[in-house]
Amino acid sequence: MNLLVEQTVNKNGYNIHFIPTKKFKTLTFVVKLKAPLKRETISKRALLQNVLREATKNYPSRTELQLKLDDLYGSVLFVDGAKRGEEHVMSFRLEVANERYLPDKEAVTEEALQLLAEMIYEPYLENNKFSEAIVKREKATLKQRIQAIRDDKIRYANGRLIDEMCKNEAFSIHVNGYEEDLDAITAEGLYNYYLEMLKEDRFDIYVVGDMDTEAMEKIIISTFKQEEGSAAEVSNRPEPKQVKEPKEIIEEEPIQQAKLHIGYRTHTVYSDEDYPALQVFNGLFGGFPSSKLFMNVREKNSLAYYASSQVESHKGLLFVLSGIAPEDYEKARDIIREQMTEMKAGNFSEQEMNEAKDMIIHSLRETMDNPHGLVELFYQQQLAGTDRSLEEIIDNISAVTKEDVIRVGERIEEDTLYLLTAQGGEVNE
Amino acid sequence: MNKKTYTDIDEVIYSQKLDNGLSVFLMPRPEMEKAYAIFTTNYGSIDLRFVPIGESEAVTVPDGVAHFLEHKLFEKEDGDVFADFGKLGASANAFTSFTKTAYLFAATNHIEKNVEILLDFVQDPYFTEQTVEKEKGIIAQEINMYDDQPDWQSFMGTIQALFKNHPVNIDIAGTVDSIMKITKDDLYTCYNTFYHPENMTLFIIGNINAESLSQLIEENQAGKRFADIAEIKREFPDEPEEVAEKYKEIKMPVSIPKCTVGIKESSSHLDKEAFLKKELLTTMVLDHYFARGGEFYQELYKDELIDGSFSFETNLETSFGYSLIGGNTARPEDFAAKVKELLLSTTHAEITDEAFRRMQKKKIGQILRAMNSLEYIANNFIDYHRHGINFFDVIPQIEALTTADVNEFLKEWIKEDQLAVCTIKQA
Repeated sequence: MNLLVEQTVNKNGYNIHFIPTKKFKTLTFVVKLKAPLKRETISKRALLQNVLREATKNYPSRTELQLKLDDLYGSVLFVDGAKRGEEHVMSFRLEVANERYLPDKEAVTEEALQLLAEMIYEPYLENNKFSEAIVKREKATLKQRIQAIRDDKIRYANGRLIDEMCKNEAFSIHVNGYEEDLDAITAEGLYNYYLEMLKEDRFDIYVVGDMDTEAMEKIIISTFKQEEGSAAEVSNRPEPKQVKEPKEIIEEEPIQQAKLHIGYRTHTVYSDEDYPALQVFNGLFGGFPSSKLFMNVREKNSLAYYASSQVESHKGLLFVLSGIAPEDYEKARDIIREQMTEMKAGNFSEQEMNEAKDMIIHSLRETMDNPHGLVELFYQQQLAGTDRSLEEIIDNISAVTKEDVIRVGERIEEDTLYLLTAQGGEVNE
Repeated sequence: MNKKTYTDIDEVIYSQKLDNGLSVFLMPRPEMEKAYAIFTTNYGSIDLRFVPIGESEAVTVPDGVAHFLEHKLFEKEDGDVFADFGKLGASANAFTSFTKTAYLFAATNHIEKNVEILLDFVQDPYFTEQTVEKEKGIIAQEINMYDDQPDWQSFMGTIQALFKNHPVNIDIAGTVDSIMKITKDDLYTCYNTFYHPENMTLFIIGNINAESLSQLIEENQAGKRFADIAEIKREFPDEPEEVAEKYKEIKMPVSIPKCTVGIKESSSHLDKEAFLKKELLTTMVLDHYFARGGEFYQELYKDELIDGSFSFETNLETSFGYSLIGGNTARPEDFAAKVKELLLSTTHAEITDEAFRRMQKKKIGQILRAMNSLEYIANNFIDYHRHGINFFDVIPQIEALTTADVNEFLKEWIKEDQLAVCTIKQA
């Protein structure tokens, strides 16, 4: 295997990570701003990502900004926010066609990069604050987005599970912010928070594609200027929490298919040596169609359309997600718990374990074929304070033994079961 | 194998039509980690009435049979094919659309072995009364899941408002009632007719060796027997030009109403050049007006009629076509009225040379960006191929379009009786 390598340089108060590759027909730039998840700032951050992408100093309306991007061969520039463990990461993403494939080899990269920097550093202002009109309109958009989560029942059920499971922990903070905060946020207050964010957040810049890294470094350094040493790196491992007694929450909605989600504490996070073993555990338990959950809940008992599990790597959680007929609740719950017991008892073969490893390695390598996937793989290292190459990540999976999987399984505790079921559904306890 | 090189975009493709009729395309991308293979049949949920292979009378099969068949092909006498791919570290999947059924895998290892599994499981059906009965519970769950999804209901509701007779107006998975009627014999009838290699395409892209793979495929296919190649006769009811229902309302639990405006696009009787031109112009024009920052988008945004969920899409096929524009909106009536008014105004619109040049650039950039994805290339190549179009000719075709073409297109595009509205509201 000859996997891609990242070259990192620390300049101007931020890290620049180059990932040179001929895989793609584009250049991808991602600027990441990281801050601890806080109830007081989350709504501002969620709103800010929408306000910043609306307009810049030189392109004071969305139309002007968009026409410019269209002219640059449909370059794409967007902002998103995500929860990573107990931190919030705002990502500014720019994708631009590699000039060599354009019909007239037109130069577009530098201009597009200027636009990206402008979106971060030179927002459109009116009287030294954000535009009242834009802030008002984006509040309405965000409000609808928050409300719409309720209509996506899988996401809603998972959100409710986390609310109940991680009450009073930063991890339960909603990444889209809170409706009730929005009225109190002013254009001025938001602008002040933005200035604070530029100063306090940790910056990382990623560049992926076919490029001359030296020339690229010069362009980036002259375009992005952060205050030297502004953001100190703090790795904040979430406080461990032991489960006293597992909780069971049942709620009703007018739906036909019930959602049965279960949250576990793994007490294992990305930077831990045992993390690869947790990945293998999850692969055997519910990560793939060949895993215990899918095979037993769906294939053997025809109980569910989907039944799977996933690991939250920075907070140390594991979630089971399943969609079932409301009347099958107890049966499905018992089968899911049975699979967990089987896993903890080490009831899986070497062969099954090797297959799970192959699937994990496959999905890691597949992620490397996507520019944003590559960035996220490397950024995980940044978040966890680790420095593993892609080869090492893969070798560590290969090296996991059955004993490792059993050991990591012993630590896993069920914390909360959440059932979203049909109204008037009979639940016999 | 025929080798063709596209220097402008740095791609090489090998193609071959085998003796049994199967079309094979291989596209090496050696710098990628994975390979992606997709094996498709030109058979989808709309193919409900046809003359079975070797017979002379047309039959009608239950709604949802193509999707049911897709599920059942994964099950064999000795277990589930997912597990066979899993053993080789590959991830497999399948999907059924209105017009095609596709089986696919992505693998970073054992690519040739996985290709064999793909070919063999799709070409070796194993349906029994018992396994067919067992599947009904799983598919009923899937249908129930879709019934709870407002986005899917909104999509199907709009399609139903647009089409009066054409089976595109039937949910791809069928209904809980219709799938209960499906028998093992229905599955074999459909399988034998539509899974003939002549009706199928295999496309493999990524970290592959084209020569050895080609040899493997040839040998694999030479070892299997198929019926003689015969043309498949499908029947579709007559579909009027105008929409079935101008307005449709669905009540279900939603926090914010949804509204979609559908355009019934006519694409039948177009030759392949005209078809591609219509497809490109429709998508470019929709994008020009309705993408973020576009003239119509801004009007809707300014009036607070849309949010981040707003989207639009076009799907042109030989026997039907539609464009959909919609999303969450607090005021569905105002949204629908405004979108219709904007669409109708395009009949008299003039797009300038400058704006059209920008539209071309944007479209080319979008395709180049999408080509980072092996799945995108494979799926689009196959879809265009079904219409006799080469995907790699699309960028030169965009370059060849003129401002006059787009303005001509706009004059004829929107007719009031081809617009329908579907709203999802709180019960």
